[in-house]
Amino acid sequence: MAAINITNVSKIYAGGVEAVKSVSIDIADGEFIVLVGPSGCGKSTLLRMVAGLEAISKGTVEIGDRVINDVEPAERDIAMVFQNYALYPHMTVYNNLAYGLKNRGTPKAEIDARVAEAARMLEIEQYLTRKPRALSGGQRQRVAMGRAIVRKPAAFLFDEPLSNLDAKLRVSMRGEIKQLQKRLGTTSLYVTHDQLEAMTLADRLVVLNGGQIEQIGRPLDVYHTPASTFVASFIGSPAMNLLRGTREGTQLHFGSQVLDLGRPPAFPGPITVGIRAEDLRIARGGEQSLTLKVEYIEELGAQRLVHGTVDGKKLTASLSPEIGIGDTLSLSIAPERLHFFDADTGKRLAQPFDASATKRETAQTLEMAAG
Amino acid sequence: MHRTKLFDHVILMMGVFFMVGPLLVALMTSSHEAAEIHRNGLQILPGGHFIDTYTTVLTKQGGFTGKITGLRMMMNSLILGFGFAAGKIILSMLAAYALVYFRFRFATITFWMIFTTLLLPLEVRILPSYEVMNTLKLTNTYTGLIVPLLASATGTFYFRQFFKSIPDELLEAARIDGAGPFKFFIDVIVPLSKTMIAAIFIIMFVYGWNQYLWPTLMTTDESFFTLVRGIKQILLVWVGSNIPDYNEAFALAILAMVPPVMIVMIFQRWFIKGLTESDK
Repeated sequence: MAAINITNVSKIYAGGVEAVKSVSIDIADGEFIVLVGPSGCGKSTLLRMVAGLEAISKGTVEIGDRVINDVEPAERDIAMVFQNYALYPHMTVYNNLAYGLKNRGTPKAEIDARVAEAARMLEIEQYLTRKPRALSGGQRQRVAMGRAIVRKPAAFLFDEPLSNLDAKLRVSMRGEIKQLQKRLGTTSLYVTHDQLEAMTLADRLVVLNGGQIEQIGRPLDVYHTPASTFVASFIGSPAMNLLRGTREGTQLHFGSQVLDLGRPPAFPGPITVGIRAEDLRIARGGEQSLTLKVEYIEELGAQRLVHGTVDGKKLTASLSPEIGIGDTLSLSIAPERLHFFDADTGKRLAQPFDASATKRETAQTLEMAAG
Repeated sequence: MHRTKLFDHVILMMGVFFMVGPLLVALMTSSHEAAEIHRNGLQILPGGHFIDTYTTVLTKQGGFTGKITGLRMMMNSLILGFGFAAGKIILSMLAAYALVYFRFRFATITFWMIFTTLLLPLEVRILPSYEVMNTLKLTNTYTGLIVPLLASATGTFYFRQFFKSIPDELLEAARIDGAGPFKFFIDVIVPLSKTMIAAIFIIMFVYGWNQYLWPTLMTTDESFFTLVRGIKQILLVWVGSNIPDYNEAFALAILAMVPPVMIVMIFQRWFIKGLTESDK
């Protein structure tokens, strides 16, 4: 168990392609960090640099106050879980778990004890004599986790470990990974492209885009105060609606439609406005509203996603399934629920309404429940 | 499901007839006396001298020096076949391992240089090879018989392709598990290559067993003669009124076929087993 400090780490491939651009993350002891981003954002490369499977072009990685840039993967005191499990196909589950320990010259009795303990924890005791091919995907993933656990490393590295599982199994394995990590208290670095996995697992999220960090923060903070339009559209399902508009006086103009904010925005001009689908509701009479031309509806049971256009721009609203829906809807939103982003850079702007107080509160209550 | 019809059986039976027929004739003919074969030609029915012919072939001391027996030749052939196959597998596995898993300059060029030698059969370099062996005083030794034939582009190529199909994550997992290059090779690569080894072994054993030109060139001492050479030797006694020992030649031919057939049958089972339940 140790802290991991990643300082100004870059990966430059031969030919000058920069896959990771000067990334710095400080990971506390026992923390669960999730690296999330679209494919090609450099998240796996970063993880593999920490693992020692890729050379670090620039910067330093420290695990427990020891710079490990030039240390062999086996000496870094880490264990890794791969997407395709990477179990040794010709070895039994027992040997798969024991292989790393054997190579380190661990006494036989201790290997037995550790394997038994890990197998009990993961409920794979009855499979110890089987070969990986006789196991299902979920069981293989457990064995892969077991291989990491028996080593008792300073850090776990997960490279999209759940991507090869079916949806239902993924959800249950997600829960198990989270519980296991809390129980063992091992520092973990987890790579995924699935924002839902990232939200549910992380103590802190690192959103990467194009090799750079877009935002680091607790899942709910990232969700409620995305630092850029990229984060806003990546985190959360359905993705946050982003509408181009202009500010005039106290009003926001979306083409022909107007929202009166009741208070002047900082300065006039073009702006990108972010609206979460669940923040929209059916307008009561006389309220400020946007008119949504309904195109199609996704029924999800607990909620109903209404897709349509506001003045030709796509918008999705999440509404209660009980309400009848016509061809057009009047939707209102509390002004403090709006997110404002720079129209050019996509960076978050100072919010004209101080709504953070209420959000912080909910975030804290949720954290207490989780912790 | 395809239902086997009469026509399918006819095709299969014709296959069996053409493949096994000549062998059967050879086997039957070998159980007759040489004089009878000389008079009546090839035989289809068994004669009465099966055991004596084969005992003679295996134990009779013959050749110019009168020391070489069939058993001895069989042993020489086995040494050549096994040494050849095992050596080729070890050498080409190591070469392929280096080519696939180690990053060194000109690896691709090296590989293609090895690969292009595929196009050159042994016969092309047989004289220089002989010259080298002669200078090294390795003629009439098993080393001289086997070593020059070991460098094999075919084996290297097959193993290279196979190693490339092993997922990289396995190597990475092994590295994190603390396995160095040698341990990874022994603990992971070799067990995974079992079926590949079986396949190459079949091919190479038969290829080595059937070598004729190279052993002929390398060995003048009769105690190093192989079976394939021995058959030829029997028919060389066509001097004066001697009738060649056709029966013994056929018996030797049959004996020369047994080991390769055994090897194919034994390893094929592994080979098929590996093919049907392989997953990496």
